[in-house]
This record gives sequence, C-alpha cells and structure tokens, in this order.
Amino acid sequence: MIPLQHELLLSGVLFSISVAGIFLNRKNVILLLMCIELLLLAVNFNFIAFSHQLGDLHGQVFVFFILTVAAAESAIGLAILVVLFRQRKSINVETLDTMKG
Amino acid sequence: MTFTEILFYVFSAILVISSIGVITARNPVHSALFLVFAFFNSAVLWLLMDAEFLAIVLVLVYVGAVMVLFLFVVMMLDINVAQMRAGFTKFAPLGIVVALIVIAEIGSVVWLKSSAIDAAALGASSGVAAPAAAEGYSNTQALGELLYTQYLYPLELASVLLLVAIVAAISLTMHKRTGQKVQDINAQVAVNAKDRIRIVKMVTEKE
Repeated sequence: MIPLQHELLLSGVLFSISVAGIFLNRKNVILLLMCIELLLLAVNFNFIAFSHQLGDLHGQVFVFFILTVAAAESAIGLAILVVLFRQRKSINVETLDTMKG
Repeated sequence: MTFTEILFYVFSAILVISSIGVITARNPVHSALFLVFAFFNSAVLWLLMDAEFLAIVLVLVYVGAVMVLFLFVVMMLDINVAQMRAGFTKFAPLGIVVALIVIAEIGSVVWLKSSAIDAAALGASSGVAAPAAAEGYSNTQALGELLYTQYLYPLELASVLLLVAIVAAISLTMHKRTGQKVQDINAQVAVNAKDRIRIVKMVTEKE
C-alpha cells in the first residue's frame, strides 16, 4: 500500500514544476498550454490518490470530467493559437498588448 | 517494500524528471514529446492506484488526441525558438523560488498534518485504507454505473461542452481563401438558359 502522503507529495511536486514552467516560458503560448495540461494532471493525481485511499469512486468521476474539460480547453486554445499565428506571424505573448490590459 | 511500491517510486521519479524536461527543453517539439512521456508514466501510476479505466482514457485521449494536436500545431507554426527563449534566464530565479515555495507549503501540509490525514483517510473506511477489490470487480463497470445513473446530467453537460468545443474550434480556424478557382455548384445549377444565350434579331443580308 502506497502511503497517501507520498501520492500527495508527488502531485504537489508536479504542480509546482508546472507553475515554475509558466514562469520560465512566459513568451511561448504553446508551452504555457502544455504547462496548464501538466497542472491539471497534478490536480487529477490528488483526486485519484484520495479515491484510492478512501475506496470512493466519486473522485474518479471528477477526474473523468476534468479530462473532458481539459481536452476541450486545449482544442479551443490551439485553435485560437493558429488564428493568432495567421494574423501576426508570431506567438510571442509580449506582442499581445492590443487591449492595453 | 513491495513490488508495487517500488514501481510507484520508480515511475514517480521518471514522471518528475520528464515534467522538468517539459519546462526546460529548448525545442517545443521536445517539450511535447516529454509531455507525452509524462502522460504515459501518469497512466502507469494511475493503474497502480486502481484507476484502470482512467489510465486507459489518459493514454487514448491525451496521448492519442490532445498531444497529437499539440504536435501538429507546434510543427505547423514556424516558431523562432531563440526569440522565445530570450527571457528564460531572466525569469528562472523567480520561477524556481515560486516552485520551491509551493513545494514547501504542500510538503509542510502533507507531512506536518500527516496524522490528521491518516485519521481522516483511515477513519472513513473503518480501519482498512482501501477495501480489497472483490472477485470479478471491474473498475470500468463501476465507473460506468456511477456515470450513467448519479452523474447522468453532468455527463450530458460534458458531451454538450465537447460539441461546443468542436464547433468553436472549427469555426475559429476555418477561413475562406480568396482568389481561388473553385466550383460553385449552387451557381451552376441555378443558372437560367435566358441569362446565357441572347438571341439577336437582325435583318438577313442578301448578296
């Protein structure tokens, strides 16, 4: 039996690696999307760890829905990225300041 | 230490290393391939955590669909890698500090409160952490029974969400190219004989 602490720590390490990835690669939108995928994977690890330890299947149902939403999100994100590249010939985040936000 | 535990730690180490590879690789294609590797390792870990159906779904949906989409986009777009990497070293200290803080916080919660977690985890299932699976137990069947009864409306919502995502992605990327010589079937069918031939009456010429 794997201790719950180790599973949670793995998920935490994965989460912080992807947070660091968002800081490191903040010019490249594709890598930002990949880091978000990794973040969601870390969250899913938490759900599955607790589902495993508690013998409760509802956590896995949640993971199922998170996977669905993440797939939809990345498909739309990549579509936006393709349109963006077609317009600007670049995917640099720093040039996306049209809205002065 | 049992064989399962050894497998868990080995695959966890590979997962952490490959996710570090995702965020530090120079080439976005390498990052995407590292991410594929990370997903495969996560699928193995989920198998070890008794989530067989989700492990297969992770491989099919993520490695089979989402990451192929990522690879398509990465290879289709012509990205200036050097320009993209410009701020890497500038942001590296901040990123590492934030990551260490997050690890420290989560670690402190997990380790310092581990007795509370143990009590909560063990108390809920009355002494036995995870009930051993019964003979003939199918994770897929159990998940399906839950999804199609208790979670039916969320399931329908998820399917509608996927439909919306398809429509959005297609309508975003579809664009009409101008200046192409293509057939317009509607115009061809709707054409009228009167518009095509003009009969001109004129006097017959005689020699």
